[in-house]
Amino acid sequence: MRADLLASTPDGVDEAFAAVDAFDQALTGGLLRLQPAQATGLTQLAEAVANTPLASRVAEAAEKAAAGVAAEDHFVALAAARTALLGAIHDALMAQVQEATGRAASTPEVVQATGGEAAKNILTAARSWLSDLARAGWQGLDSDVVAGSAPVVSAMLPDMGLRRLAALLDGFAAELAASCPGATMERVPARRWADLWSCALLLTLPGGMAATAIEKATGRLLPLGIDLQEHATAVQAQVHAVFEPADGTQPRLVRASVSAPKPDTVIGAGLWQLLRPHMSLLNAFSDGRAMELTDMPLTAEGNLIWSDEHARRGDPADPFATARVVLPNAADAPTAPLGRHPARIAVPVFLEGYAAGKDEGGLTLTVAGHPLTVDADRIPVAGPLTPESIATSGACIGLLRWDAGAFRLQPLAVETIVKKKVVAVHAGAWAGGTTDKDGVKAEKAATDAVGVLRERAGRLLRK
Amino acid sequence: MGDVLLSDWEKSSTVRVIPPARPRKLAKVPFVELADGRLQGVVSSGSDIERVYVSSVAADSIYSFACSTNNNRPCGGARGTFCNHILALINEAVLQYGAERVARYLRVEVEESTTQAITSAMLATRPSHLDALAAASVFSRFLRHLAYLELAPTTEPVPEMQWFPPTREVA
Repeated sequence: MRADLLASTPDGVDEAFAAVDAFDQALTGGLLRLQPAQATGLTQLAEAVANTPLASRVAEAAEKAAAGVAAEDHFVALAAARTALLGAIHDALMAQVQEATGRAASTPEVVQATGGEAAKNILTAARSWLSDLARAGWQGLDSDVVAGSAPVVSAMLPDMGLRRLAALLDGFAAELAASCPGATMERVPARRWADLWSCALLLTLPGGMAATAIEKATGRLLPLGIDLQEHATAVQAQVHAVFEPADGTQPRLVRASVSAPKPDTVIGAGLWQLLRPHMSLLNAFSDGRAMELTDMPLTAEGNLIWSDEHARRGDPADPFATARVVLPNAADAPTAPLGRHPARIAVPVFLEGYAAGKDEGGLTLTVAGHPLTVDADRIPVAGPLTPESIATSGACIGLLRWDAGAFRLQPLAVETIVKKKVVAVHAGAWAGGTTDKDGVKAEKAATDAVGVLRERAGRLLRK
Repeated sequence: MGDVLLSDWEKSSTVRVIPPARPRKLAKVPFVELADGRLQGVVSSGSDIERVYVSSVAADSIYSFACSTNNNRPCGGARGTFCNHILALINEAVLQYGAERVARYLRVEVEESTTQAITSAMLATRPSHLDALAAASVFSRFLRHLAYLELAPTTEPVPEMQWFPPTREVA
């Protein structure tokens, strides 16, 4: 990988972020009582989209907000402007990534369906809560404002069609609740909360959560690694893999996901236990196997919608062999329009021949003369991969990500030398279960925790 | 913390705002949370498997506390001072969230953040007993918490979970 090409910032990115930050400052203080400096921030956002189809609506919204009379539609327009700017930043960064990896750009453009009026009332309620947040601002947060999310989330969670927004709002509200009262916060995660707020607001619009076109995938699935995502009350495991179509066409990068809501005390190995029964791919991954797919639904942006009946266990397949031999010829997955955000970049890459070192940002891997910071914090605790094993590794499968002004590498697996033999260590090795001593202990503790909760639920729920 | 680091934190989309819960055994205190301006939770009865105690301590200056069963019978131990249920609750909260976060939330000033120090500092203010007004809402939050186990997993992608990276840091 030409990591040196990742060192520079593409033209226009700094300017676009300046407009985003100006808006984020306004949102921090709240849109109900804007200070003059913050009102300027809204104007700056409006000017940044002045040559786009959003121009007049955003200009009007900025004006109304500055006067303290913004309504829901105005908040939506502002969120759309911010999202569009971040989309443009995403595209510039992805062009850079494609040059660095040398892989072909994804061909088909992803079109999201429009329409879909299901469960309109609850989406209106969600939008109304998000509007309250915008009026209060992060500094105006109190537990009453935050509590407004609880009935919305509870009503959404059981509805599969609303799971995406429910998972987002639930995690977001927990962060807000833990930070109350906003007036005494020492520091405000201004970019992050504005990201979550805009993302949620756009998902409440008709078509916001509409699926993309679906085809049927038949061929061989070669796993590369597992990315785990979690907040207090939800978890998702995403398997990144290369799909080799049976018809001999170009291999493609795809993902298979499984997620679940959870009580906040289910953690560590308990996360794998929760997900394991719902996707045979997790077991196959732990056993180092490929899977053969027959007519598995696959979305245009490369997401397999997993169902065990369309998959069977394949031959042994070493992810490092896949990364060395198949990955360079695979096509990247295209991104859905609303998924275009720099923090959502997660591109599988393979690195070797690097020098591991340390700088003020932590562990680095220097590739082609460019030190790439390792995001070791993303490695799940319930697994054998540790920051120490990365420091002594010779090859790495990872996800290239971008945040706070720089590209970073999230390691999914490394090859390291143990007793003079090359050994692969995978972050997701315990997904399907483990015989590792520490792993077995973690599994036991997690089983006990869920056992207690189920026993309590059995006695106390529905009484 | 330097200015540079602070602005990095404010300009990161993936900062971890709350550390994950730390592992603890749940048998005695199946539920504890810092919410609604209280340390609150549910403590299993030592004698009756069908009974739980709903206990809470408020983050006010006098640490108003309450303890009653899920059927609204007052706890006999919680008359003049913290009962064993409340002491167990504080202990488990420290295990789950770390002593510093518990002390900060309850606004307890302690030199050293330990369960012992937090408990003594609160007892020194001679906390006052409140009627169990909050018990119903705490209990319903516990039931809502348990209900998360009943929600079905899905293999439909949830791209929004990308916003929530894990962290190896502990509270």
